Amino acid sequence: MLQDKDRIFTNLYGDYGFDLSSAKQRGDWKDTKSLIEKGKDWIINEVKVSELRGRGGAGFPTGMKWSFAPKKDANSSRPHYLVINADESEPGTCKDRDILRFEPQKLIEGCLIAAFAVSANVCYVYIRGEYIAESKILQKAIDEAYANGLIGKNASGTGFDFNMFIHMGAGAYICGEETALLESIEGNKGQPRLKPPFPALVGLYGCPTIVNNVETIAVVPTILRRSGKWFAGFGRPRNTGTKIFCISGNVNNPCNVEEEMGVPLKDLIEKHAGGVIGGWDNLQAVIPGGSSMPILSKIICDTIKMDFDALVEAKSGLGTAGIVVIDKSQDIVKVIARIARFYKHESCGQCTPCREGAGWLWRMLERIQKGEAEITELDMLMDVTKQIEGHTICAFGEGASWPVQGLLRHFRTEIEERLNFKNKKIA
Amino acid sequence: MSGKHVEANQPDKFEFNNESLKKIETILKKYPTERKKSAVMPLLDLAQRQHDNWIPLAAIKKIGEILEVPYIKVYEVATFYTMYNLAPTGKYFVQVCTTSPCAIRGSDKIVKLCKKYISEKESHLSKDGKSSWLEVECLGACVSAPMMQINDDFYEDLDDQSAIKIFEGIKNDTLPKPGSQTGRKGFEPNKRLTLVKN
Repeated sequence: MLQDKDRIFTNLYGDYGFDLSSAKQRGDWKDTKSLIEKGKDWIINEVKVSELRGRGGAGFPTGMKWSFAPKKDANSSRPHYLVINADESEPGTCKDRDILRFEPQKLIEGCLIAAFAVSANVCYVYIRGEYIAESKILQKAIDEAYANGLIGKNASGTGFDFNMFIHMGAGAYICGEETALLESIEGNKGQPRLKPPFPALVGLYGCPTIVNNVETIAVVPTILRRSGKWFAGFGRPRNTGTKIFCISGNVNNPCNVEEEMGVPLKDLIEKHAGGVIGGWDNLQAVIPGGSSMPILSKIICDTIKMDFDALVEAKSGLGTAGIVVIDKSQDIVKVIARIARFYKHESCGQCTPCREGAGWLWRMLERIQKGEAEITELDMLMDVTKQIEGHTICAFGEGASWPVQGLLRHFRTEIEERLNFKNKKIA
Repeated sequence: MSGKHVEANQPDKFEFNNESLKKIETILKKYPTERKKSAVMPLLDLAQRQHDNWIPLAAIKKIGEILEVPYIKVYEVATFYTMYNLAPTGKYFVQVCTTSPCAIRGSDKIVKLCKKYISEKESHLSKDGKSSWLEVECLGACVSAPMMQINDDFYEDLDDQSAIKIFEGIKNDTLPKPGSQTGRKGFEPNKRLTLVKN
């Protein structure tokens, strides 16, 4: 188990204030100036050494992303932007909310450092519309940072000017997709853009833009202070560091917890979350990384370790590390059908396979759940997921398809039994 | 995205009040001067707050004028995002999360109580005209499921008892304190292994 001395988010549970002086007591903003004075190359390199991968779901190496930011031409009038994705909407995920409300100064300090590294003088934090209380806290924290000269003109005495603004979303899951998010800041519907060009070159207002998740940015100051090597010491290569896991569903003590990458799923559930309701043997399945990631059957959950590569090997993914525990009292088809309804509701409507297909998936699963479907429809269901997957502008298509594929992969026999039983009854 | 109910009975006019106009000035400073359109979303939110939690079409027109954006472009944004209400919601607008993590922990019970205490149908005003309710998708509080949002506030870690207290509170204008109804501060486990306070 990760020891308290190695925790980055020491106020994860809101035991202490979010105000600047409390945050400083926890070590935030300590010698930020000297970190920045070590230069962009040093910062980016240290983040590369840490092997930090994006905490928003895709797991892209952060240092590499930052190095894609073009060098700023002194003669160019094109600004660079840093955009923070705080549109936390992936079902099962509520980690960024705790950073916003309990550790906002970690995020603000991280923003200053990241912005300096990618030559951005302006940062927008895109917060999901429902996090109203959290946005008020972050605004207070930003105001306090301005008032103390930490950000703004000559931020922290570095000679670097840095401004930070909040932009509120308004209830659209798709705006968590980075280009939809940029569209949304520009005042448009949140519909993803075709890539390339990638935001690093053509992003917000057509300017170079780096988009990072809240947790990714909030861990950067600690990485720089304690060294990339320190961070890389947790977990295994390509899967390093500490990570906030959210454990929800049928557990005795649902909670968020910062743990070492690669921690066994069983430890998270049994130790931190007080165990599955009714005991480990009452476990039916687990969604390991937010609703987009395929479910795992119990036999996999017995031994799986929670990191990017281990979960890909298990045909799922770490995603946002939002763990949803499903016990045997649940109708697994109903659980996934509800997820399919979520995707049907949230599809932006731009690509036909997703707009139409997400509705198909939901309606078919509803029929299957009630036992009204023919067994042949299971192959049809799989086929619909394959028609969506890979045929859309953004990864929403995969997000809608994978949970259904996971269901068919692990629970096909049970579903067939259900349909056989019903079909026989009708005959 | 979902279809939206637009109120039939529309006011002829909408003007931002002085307080809102001051806020608009601050909002516009966030974005480059030639990118005023970025303020469409914050201005829709402002209009909704000023106008009893729903946005009349006249406000959409007004926002278009202020930001020099065609009416239809503002309308398009107002209908795309679920948080903009285009019809009255009542003083207390209850949104119940029913996505899987909440469903697993019994959000259907909360929905039943909404039907009993507010109205049989979603998005219909209660008899006293004070409240309405809606099933919504994941609100990002899965670890404190089931939960609901009333206006700006989250009510989390609900069970039948605490939910009934809230619905009674809506009737008598005595809502309990928002947040976890079991007294949690954040998403800490009931029994802590880490960050144990000295």
